[in-house]
Amino acid sequence: MKKGILYINQFFGQIGGEEQADFEPVIREGLVGPATALDEALDDVTITHTIICGDNYMGSHTEEALRRISGFLQDKDFDIFFAGPAFRAGRYGIACGNVCQMVQEQFKVPVVTSMNDENPGVEMFRQKIYILKGGKSAADMRKDIKAMAQLGQKLAKGEPIGAAQDEGYFGRGERHQTVMDPPIPAADRVVDMLLKKLNNQPFQSELPIPKPDRVPIAPAVKDLSKATIAFVTSGGIVPKDNPDRIQSASATKWGRYNISQYKDRLPAGEYKTIHAGYDPAAANEDPNRIFPLDALRAYEREGKFGKLHDYYYATVGTGTTQGEAARMGREIAQHLHEGNVDAVILVST
Amino acid sequence: MCNLVPIALTVGANRIVPTISIPYPLGDPNTPPEEQWKLRYHRVGVALDALATDISEQTVFRVKV
Repeated sequence: MKKGILYINQFFGQIGGEEQADFEPVIREGLVGPATALDEALDDVTITHTIICGDNYMGSHTEEALRRISGFLQDKDFDIFFAGPAFRAGRYGIACGNVCQMVQEQFKVPVVTSMNDENPGVEMFRQKIYILKGGKSAADMRKDIKAMAQLGQKLAKGEPIGAAQDEGYFGRGERHQTVMDPPIPAADRVVDMLLKKLNNQPFQSELPIPKPDRVPIAPAVKDLSKATIAFVTSGGIVPKDNPDRIQSASATKWGRYNISQYKDRLPAGEYKTIHAGYDPAAANEDPNRIFPLDALRAYEREGKFGKLHDYYYATVGTGTTQGEAARMGREIAQHLHEGNVDAVILVST
Repeated sequence: MCNLVPIALTVGANRIVPTISIPYPLGDPNTPPEEQWKLRYHRVGVALDALATDISEQTVFRVKV
């Protein structure tokens, strides 16, 4: 029987929700949370331990967290390491990626995780580790766990791993030789493809080239002292009754709010965060911790920059799809253009 | 301005200034208000300078406070 270890966050580790996101790493013998289902789905592998760490702790103290987890594993004997599934949870996905990468490098043990294609962890780690294409939310737990078990079992036993689309993981940009069945020579395949292309028929390239999505660098502001600066945040700071009804997660809406009357902070109590992805206590007690209006007004008074735009813009960046985020970004940028804004400071949480 | 700099780099942000945490990027509630102010004033200043700096690749600007 092979042995496996699973990494999960504080939520799935049954420690608590967002208020426990700073939970420091621990290792538990046996099965916690999704480890039970994973263990059941594995035929020839037993999950011996579960490692749990809060997503914020991993995000803010990555090196220390990885060092401690590495310490937990020094005296453990295991053939495969699992993390997640992380679904669309961005911090969790990145945590799974970081832990898997560390384990693979330091312990030379195969690793498997699972994330939704909208999870930022996918782009960060897909070339380094096996990330299965997972569901959007914990509703897909059973399916994602099953997929992790299938691939993990093969890896633990040293069986050959097939191509990304066949095994269900995100392509790692690696190319392998395979034998075609039936064996059609490359010259015939490429002519077939060309004919299909000329006839506007669909065809699949054997060498797909990934498209990089880079944002051109904006030129520097020439004269800051005459510039109008705007503030934009994905931290969900809005007037307390949330007039635009921006969603607390998976946002599709944004709002703009006039701040011309505020000299050094948005009044606590009148403004709050509706972001469901982090503990709101610090932001609600003093919105300046997210929206540094005091510092911006100070620099405006000192003449370091010309003027703070009369409106700030806010949405919620948790579970928000890249597609929706890009659309909201374009819409906000349109407003900023119309307001003759020269540059923007964006604070994310 | 963000705490998770690796994400900012992945999604293609070009001018990046680190903050200190996810729930309180610009002021740790466990520190005195003056300390929070100093941190905020410094890092917003770095961000403003970043806007006025020409760069040729994604850049994480250094913070001292």
